[in-house]
Amino acid sequence: MNENATRIASTSDETPASTVDAGRRGFIGTAAGLSAAALVAPGVFLHSVAAAPRSEPVTDSVRWGLLIDTAKCADGCSACVDACDRENGLDLQEPHGSESKWEHQKSVWIRKVKLQDNQTGRITNLPMMCQHCEHPPCVDVCPTGASFKRADGIVMVDRHLCIGCRYCMMACPYKARSFIHQNTSGQLTAVPRGKGCVESCNLCVHRRDHGEESTACVDACAQEGHGAIVFGDLKDPDSAISQRLREIPSRQIREDLVLNTGVRYAGV
Amino acid sequence: MKRVVYREWRIPPERYWSLLGFLAALIGIAALSFGYMEHEGHWVSGMNNSVVWGMPHVFAVFLIIAASGALNIASIGTVFRKPIYKPLGRLSGLLAVAMLMGGLLVLVMDLGRPERLIVAMTNYNFSSIFAWNIFLYTGFMAIVIAYLWSMADRQGGPFNYPIGILALVWRLALTTGTGSIFGFLVARQAYDAAILGPMFVSLSFAYGLAVFMLVLMFGFEEEGRPIGPRMMRRLRNLLALFIGIALYFTLIYHLTNLYMAKNDGLEHWLLLSGGIYTFLFWVGWILVGSLVPMWILYHPVLSRKREWIIGACALVIVGGFSALYVIIIGSQAFPMALFPGHTILESGFADGVNGAAAPYWPTIPEILLGVGGVAVALLITAVGVRVLQFMPESLADDVVAPDEETLDAAPFAKPV
Repeated sequence: MNENATRIASTSDETPASTVDAGRRGFIGTAAGLSAAALVAPGVFLHSVAAAPRSEPVTDSVRWGLLIDTAKCADGCSACVDACDRENGLDLQEPHGSESKWEHQKSVWIRKVKLQDNQTGRITNLPMMCQHCEHPPCVDVCPTGASFKRADGIVMVDRHLCIGCRYCMMACPYKARSFIHQNTSGQLTAVPRGKGCVESCNLCVHRRDHGEESTACVDACAQEGHGAIVFGDLKDPDSAISQRLREIPSRQIREDLVLNTGVRYAGV
Repeated sequence: MKRVVYREWRIPPERYWSLLGFLAALIGIAALSFGYMEHEGHWVSGMNNSVVWGMPHVFAVFLIIAASGALNIASIGTVFRKPIYKPLGRLSGLLAVAMLMGGLLVLVMDLGRPERLIVAMTNYNFSSIFAWNIFLYTGFMAIVIAYLWSMADRQGGPFNYPIGILALVWRLALTTGTGSIFGFLVARQAYDAAILGPMFVSLSFAYGLAVFMLVLMFGFEEEGRPIGPRMMRRLRNLLALFIGIALYFTLIYHLTNLYMAKNDGLEHWLLLSGGIYTFLFWVGWILVGSLVPMWILYHPVLSRKREWIIGACALVIVGGFSALYVIIIGSQAFPMALFPGHTILESGFADGVNGAAAPYWPTIPEILLGVGGVAVALLITAVGVRVLQFMPESLADDVVAPDEETLDAAPFAKPV
């Protein structure tokens, strides 16, 4: 990092001094260079350190969440779903049984849903995934504690403790969990999966633990130019998600259950 | 009243061994089914991400609640001091333990990771009713075994009553716990109802007694032991009463749902347009499983005929499976209310598009696994009655107590 910072600083220093008031201009140049270094360096520093796997326990100083602006979610677009499948190795699943059976048995961490308001006929598109509740019913009912919530708000499954009883799937109000009905092959190192366990969206937890800044679905949506999904820290008032949540009205799915979800929707 | 003599079940060896062989074959087939589903994965079952608990759970839950119901007979004899039921206590306890074993085996064999059972026994999340149930089940077995000891061993006599009370309370807790597995799930409309706890208790009364009566009549008939009309009348009336109680809870459950406007859709679907589930509810649960057996059991002529009573018990069991199929699978098949006030037009996860119910058809391995659980329960019972003195020699009228009150008890108040 210091190398980079020095390089930036020295580049600024090379600004040619004019004959008029050279000392003053040099001073401003140096100050600008140092300021730039001071501004950039922490970012570079954080990045270089955070790129390594996280070694400290997660804390509740952050709460990760998503904001989905359904007005921007395009009809027919499945970029987030495809990206999630690639990121977590779900695209490696091989179909079992008949096509219709496979449709009901394959693992899905995020899906596109198209809704129509019964009263007004208004159509809404949105991606659905684990809502990362503050009070997750799946965690309540899991007999072994395999279903758990991390301090940073991510709800996930400990695959060593999961016995495959599927009670969490019975309890989830969002139908967000999938059971791995078949043998798995070619799975990704970062996302271990195994037959007989339950799984669901974990907000790309491997990215969280390597200090990366977004999730696969968010990146894909942005790449498509929709930018319908914002990821960030709900506890940080300056984060993009918090700012956006202040600007636009949003709600939780099944708000009546008072689960305080980490995923919020605008325009539903 | 004569002294009640208990004796091992001494049917001819070839008859006994062929019975055991038949049950063992069913268990073997169930083991193969388990191996197949475990090896291939649950994709070979009919279960999916919408209907996550299928036919094995219907069998398992039936056996578990029937187990606690079967213990009622012992409780009535011990706790409620009805001496006519006392000779039935041992068989009642044995059947209770056997059915619980069968049910739990099916439940465990259906886990996604059955080899991790040790995890379930060493890691507990006490906010989960499921975790409580593990203790309720194991505790039930221990208590009923102690109960059996207190009934069969002379030294256990003084403990019979307190253990009986504990067993009664425990069985009520157990069945309430089993019902509560379903009764506290806010996610699904049909399960968001605490009445499922007591409703399961009421169902267990009927199913447990029906199974008990069938086993009793089969066991006695095979060996030519007599059952007198007085005993049959008691059991018959009790079964009819229990069916009535179960019907009452069923009625209240549905009336409550109908009263709550948000559940109109569920009730409409279940009672009118749910296809197989509507059929199983009205025909299986209500007609065949409740009204017809009640009619038989209260019929002045038919209720005196052994074959008709056996038929009524069998119908109650058929009704029990129908009821649990509707409760367990139908309630999952009905689409979850993800977006109230909206219709889901498209979804990548079968979210009940246009209100469609989730598909589920039980596959043969699932059914065979469940049948294996029944066979385990019957095998334990058959071996138990064969090697130990569980069954009284006779239940003829001159053997069983003439009155349901103890004759030597002092009257509470004498008329002046």
